[in-house]
Amino acid sequence: MDALVLTIIATSIPLLLAATGELIAEKSGVLNLGVEGMMLSGAVGALGAVLWLNNPYYGIVAGALSGILMASIFSIFTINFMTNQVATGLGLTIFATGLTGLAGAPLVGKTITSLPKIEIFLLSDIPVVGSILFKQDFVAYLSIAIIIYISFFLKYSKSGIILRAVGDDHQSAHSVGYPVKKIRWYATCFGGMCAGIGGAYIPLVLTPHWSEGMTAGRGWIALALVVFASWIPWRIIVGALIFGGITIAQLVGQARGWPIPSQLLSMMPYIATIIALTMISGRLSKNNSAVPSSLGKPFFGSQ
Amino acid sequence: MIKFCMRIFSLITLSISVLFFVISSTFAGSPTKVGFVYLTTPGDHGWTYAHELGKQMVEKRFGKDVKVSVVENVPEGPDATRVIRELAKQGNEIIFTTSFGYMEPTLKVAKEFPNVKFEHITGYKRSKNVATGNIRFYEGRYIQGVVAGLMTKTNKIGYIGAYPIAEVIMGINAFAQGLKSVNKDASISVIWANTWYDPVKEADAAKVHIAEGADVLAQHTDSPAMLQIAEKNGAMGFGQSTDMSAFAPKAQLFASINNWGPYYIKKIEELRNGKWNTGDGPNHWPGNVWGGIKSDMLVISKFQNMPANVAQKAQEALDGIKTGKINIFAGPLIDNTGKEIIPAGKALDDGALWGMNYYLQGVNGKVPG
Repeated sequence: MDALVLTIIATSIPLLLAATGELIAEKSGVLNLGVEGMMLSGAVGALGAVLWLNNPYYGIVAGALSGILMASIFSIFTINFMTNQVATGLGLTIFATGLTGLAGAPLVGKTITSLPKIEIFLLSDIPVVGSILFKQDFVAYLSIAIIIYISFFLKYSKSGIILRAVGDDHQSAHSVGYPVKKIRWYATCFGGMCAGIGGAYIPLVLTPHWSEGMTAGRGWIALALVVFASWIPWRIIVGALIFGGITIAQLVGQARGWPIPSQLLSMMPYIATIIALTMISGRLSKNNSAVPSSLGKPFFGSQ
Repeated sequence: MIKFCMRIFSLITLSISVLFFVISSTFAGSPTKVGFVYLTTPGDHGWTYAHELGKQMVEKRFGKDVKVSVVENVPEGPDATRVIRELAKQGNEIIFTTSFGYMEPTLKVAKEFPNVKFEHITGYKRSKNVATGNIRFYEGRYIQGVVAGLMTKTNKIGYIGAYPIAEVIMGINAFAQGLKSVNKDASISVIWANTWYDPVKEADAAKVHIAEGADVLAQHTDSPAMLQIAEKNGAMGFGQSTDMSAFAPKAQLFASINNWGPYYIKKIEELRNGKWNTGDGPNHWPGNVWGGIKSDMLVISKFQNMPANVAQKAQEALDGIKTGKINIFAGPLIDNTGKEIIPAGKALDDGALWGMNYYLQGVNGKVPG
């Protein structure tokens, strides 16, 4: 049972990180559909760095930097050149898929040592809970820390409130004197960093090798998770765990011969997203939603 | 004046291109133009990588006598039609389309280019200028079953399948036959990934198998993820399509390696000698080329990480298949619900293999769908 719970957590972490990053970007009004591409570049960057420098922790840094690099490309186009965000995001994913395939070609067939588990003194000795919660790797702790941090950041800090203001009504934010473009740049790059680390987690922990397109659509699921969480950070944890849980449950169901079609269980996370979307749009009319109102709209003001 | 210049200019361009066309068609006799369509890139280190190695053997064998063009990352469906047509237009004389889903696109384009020869990999439909080729992957699975049956301590075998299609089910059943021949207590549980390629999902499935008590794993998906998980958790497994021992030096027992080179070379040679054909027989599986261990299209890598007596048993199974002494699907065959498939003294023929939609004894559960 322990092993299964650990598997669920491990599967959820890339989704959790990428979705958290995307949430911040969307809160500032930027819809970046290039999450899949940023995750892929994080993965290839991380593996390359570990092979080169022989230390898995450099992989995290390299993953973050690769993600930021991709996010910067996206920012230049959408924020400075005011291109369409949806098209640019899709373009970024397609571009990154090709680029990582090229960059990753020399890495094919090589393997690395995974990120080590860190046991937290005493706490890791607690039966059951200890081995699940306090015997994780660095990125797992980091992702929880990031979620807690941004929950407070968005709600209580001044910068967080400004970020939300930019995402809700960029004209007003601009007229009060906030640098809309700069804030969006930062938010998008933060999103790229998180997606990059999320992508890096795949070769660093889950399957220590590189193969083309190895994220296999997890970036798109992360995008759905943001909607599922209705732009509220802690709900991403719930969403990611549900998603990971159902994924693993359907595998366990098959191994044990449960009489439920595996295809049906594979559909569940997506059905949950659709239900969540329907519920949110219902609440939108009551005007108390956390959806950023300027999401996806380019800002034309000068600064 | 400008109009006149334009006319002169276009006349010159036209005559130059005609000249080039004439020259190229006069001297085109020397290199045979060969086209390949890949589903992914050789970077998958699995299915497409094996085709790439085959292509390299072709280039090595023929040298300057062939000119090879490759298109990678071609999705199955309408895009494939476009790519195959483009290769035919460019003057390729023989085109290998290397995935099951290219079947209809290949047939469609073949009709438009009756003088171009097409070789479709793993398909079952032929036409005047479309031949098919496939490997008897299941032969390697039988040997895997033998080794798994002798190596397992928990008597639980974890199998990861891509899609519940005949080709994969045939492999599971061959594995079960090998398993049963050495160990009557062991059983196989199957997890369908519903994808050929998703390293994280394949890894998850492997973790689940191990958590459920399996200690030997087998896969019919494309990435080395399963073996890496086995390596990390002290389980064992088998490599798929290519030798994956670099990913799992302690966990890989052996790998079934797809060796497409000899088939490619044979067909290109036939074309160059004017002897290319689509084979005889009815228009169903196995097509005209369905080679296995005997014809060297399926290669079994070194037996490793196992005691000498297990390796010896594995070698015996390998030799048995090679000499034809072992018929994997010889009767009596009973499916896992107790129904008799074929009585003693008879054996399933190739056509029956492609109709498999049941599990034999030794496999848990039932085929979905």
